[in-house]
Amino acid sequence: MSTTLPRPETTERPNYLNVDYSWKSWLFTTDHKRIALLYLFSITAFFLVGAVFAGLMRLNLLFPDGLFEHDTYNKFFTMHGVIMVFFFLVPSIPATLGNFLLPIMIGARDLAFPRINLLSWYIYIAGGLFAVLAILKGGVDTGWTFYAPFSTTYSNTHVILAAIGVFVSGFSSILTGLNFIVTVHKMRAPGMTWSRLPLFVWAHYATSLIQVLGTPVVAITIVLLMLERILHAGIFDPNLGGDPVLFQHLFWFYSHPAVYIMILPGMGVVSEIIACYSRKGIFGYGFVAFSSVAIAVLGFMVWGHHLFVAGQSMYASMVFSFISFLVAVPSAIKVFNWTATMYKGSITFDTPMLYALGFIGLFTIGGLTGLFLATMAIDVHLTDTYFVIAHFHYVMVGGMVLAFLGGVHFWFPKMTGRLYPEMWARLAAAIIFVGFNLTFFPQFILGYLGMPRRYATYAQEFQVLHVLSTAGASILGVGYLLPLIYLSWAWRKGERSSQNPWQAKGLEWEQSPTPPPTFNFDVPPVVTERPYNYSEEVEVGGY
Amino acid sequence: MFPAAASTAAPQVDALYIYLVVLSVVMTTLIFIAIGFFAYKYRRRSPEDPMPRAIHGSLPMEVTWSVIPFLFMLVMFAWGTKLYFENYTPPRNTLDIYVVGKQWMWKVQYPDGQREINELHVPTGRPVKLTLASEDVIHSFYIPAFRLKHDVVPGSYQTFWFQATEPGRYHLFCAEYCGTNHSRMIGWVDVMDPVSYQNWLAGGAAGVSMSQLGEKLFEKYGCITCHVTNRSGPPLDNVFGHPVQLADGRTVLADEPFLRESILNPNAKVVKGYKANVMPVYQGQIDEEGLLQLIVYIKSLSQTHPQARP
Repeated sequence: MSTTLPRPETTERPNYLNVDYSWKSWLFTTDHKRIALLYLFSITAFFLVGAVFAGLMRLNLLFPDGLFEHDTYNKFFTMHGVIMVFFFLVPSIPATLGNFLLPIMIGARDLAFPRINLLSWYIYIAGGLFAVLAILKGGVDTGWTFYAPFSTTYSNTHVILAAIGVFVSGFSSILTGLNFIVTVHKMRAPGMTWSRLPLFVWAHYATSLIQVLGTPVVAITIVLLMLERILHAGIFDPNLGGDPVLFQHLFWFYSHPAVYIMILPGMGVVSEIIACYSRKGIFGYGFVAFSSVAIAVLGFMVWGHHLFVAGQSMYASMVFSFISFLVAVPSAIKVFNWTATMYKGSITFDTPMLYALGFIGLFTIGGLTGLFLATMAIDVHLTDTYFVIAHFHYVMVGGMVLAFLGGVHFWFPKMTGRLYPEMWARLAAAIIFVGFNLTFFPQFILGYLGMPRRYATYAQEFQVLHVLSTAGASILGVGYLLPLIYLSWAWRKGERSSQNPWQAKGLEWEQSPTPPPTFNFDVPPVVTERPYNYSEEVEVGGY
Repeated sequence: MFPAAASTAAPQVDALYIYLVVLSVVMTTLIFIAIGFFAYKYRRRSPEDPMPRAIHGSLPMEVTWSVIPFLFMLVMFAWGTKLYFENYTPPRNTLDIYVVGKQWMWKVQYPDGQREINELHVPTGRPVKLTLASEDVIHSFYIPAFRLKHDVVPGSYQTFWFQATEPGRYHLFCAEYCGTNHSRMIGWVDVMDPVSYQNWLAGGAAGVSMSQLGEKLFEKYGCITCHVTNRSGPPLDNVFGHPVQLADGRTVLADEPFLRESILNPNAKVVKGYKANVMPVYQGQIDEEGLLQLIVYIKSLSQTHPQARP
């Protein structure tokens, strides 16, 4: 991996990139910024693999009778889901942007446990290798949800390998979360009070809580799954006296909160970008900060909304439905506050802002369609259809991936010391927005019409909408390739960036050189003002 | 935008859906207009523009945009919950049909003895209750035109009821991924007017009814020895649909799931006055279809009809 990095000119002042070029200096680094880059390259590789599987799925779905064998298609959607969820979305922003920025934003030299940080990357890679091995040996066909008893008893594919991959990579997530929590508590610079934390940090703090509390549960669930599959322990398989619905409870106890692992960091990124390009502090800072924590807490109590049609007690379903509506409130609060932040601002439309605005729009649609699924009588019709697929892709891709791309552009100068080509970047953002909507909007309609998910073949009447969706996916694919190309180019050849090219607020721009030196600051930072203090107001009282 | 609507539930689900769509469109439009308007009105016209004044927030606004949407959500919750309970609670005096899902087909049995694969014939104007069982993995019985589905969970009976309104031929899908030919585990629901339905029933090569088949199994598996001949097991006349006292003091309703459990794992709930570990465990001995026939036979020994359980 070290060979892919550019060699900046030697006249540059020392920074974390040019201190050492040896491969050892990368593979044994404890610098959170270098580890962030290791993660960035790794998750990008997994994203490309996951995207190829998505492309193959969309190709198959051009035709009502499919193009590939059923088993092949079933493996495509399973590997797409496993790779994208566990090896891209969960680590996407926290392990890359979070890793890079969280210590700098709070004025720390590094994370609290730099070696554990490196360990988490190795664990992630080890988990990833098991997943890759599962693919190379022929794949898995259980769906990313691994529902029993299909996964424990009936599937003939490499369930164990994939399960080990998910199990192992979970520990990297736990370690990252643990590291962030300790760092935020113990390593804030003088003056960096909790009410001065950037919202990016608040979002990552909430995310870390979920990672630390939720991930062990999925680890246990996977161990039970493996025990059942190898030793026929009789936990989930009714023929052995087990309960298949128990698996769903355990799985979603992690995997629903994990949805918030996959969106909260994106919300943090959007808060930073909106503030910078509106030249204003975030409207209702306290509400936005605590809504992250509220989402993390409430998110642990909604898992049963995945089981409305699974034979769960109707009264239990009712409670889960109600709490699912509750969790919509803090999400809505964020959207309203971002919108209000733009009021009387001084707004520019550079690429990161385009992504942030795209995020708000698509997340709004993704969130509102979530209410359909929280409404029980509607969920009975829509669950396990394309409506669900469209809903969570609006949140995960329209939300998280757009936030990720917005964040990568926003902090690209920070990470590389160079500027990306603005016109290409805006073009790519527009292509991604159009391609995304064309891919996934038709799927809402498909869902209400009754098209079930995970179908290799389908009834003739669904074809038109599927063709539209595949057309959108091809546009989306082009949109993804563009940043990959121009950012790689800009890393070597882009125009050099000043320390603070966007005139943004925040320690990472104002007090840390670009790119940062190994220990982030030349002078130990001191914080004397509220966050996002664009109007240079003197602080009076708290929030 | 809407699939065919052919059950009493369908127009009600559609009405709630329309409420949600209208609210979502209004909400999305408001937010998009606000963003578009602010983006245009407050765009930076030149780099020399002064920094805007800070606005830190407003408690009244936070309360407003938390409470008002939440009130609309409460309507969604209440309406959706009411409809869910109605759509998932079968009325009394249903027409009972038995469905077994297995990789990758739906096997349907009628009490009168007709059998079908991947086809379900039902009359309009009468509530129909399906008892769903799975021979292997989890499936999901889904009829988009009825706006209803229910998972079919191995090791248990799930209940699915509807009242069809429009004669026609509608998709039946498996909605829970179940392996290789999941997308081929599909079929048709034929909704017929009551007269055509009677003709169809009469025309089918019925012959032996489910309870007669069940009676044969009752003899074959030796149930008859203890439950009828020597009375060492609890008698089964007038048991179904009635409360049963258990040895541990509890009282349970003798419904399909209870009978199922008592056959497959008799020691789980022992009837008062009888001992555990007397009746052999039939787990793995009887397939799901045979089990349903046995249960229909035991039901036929009872005068009263089953009580609907929410």
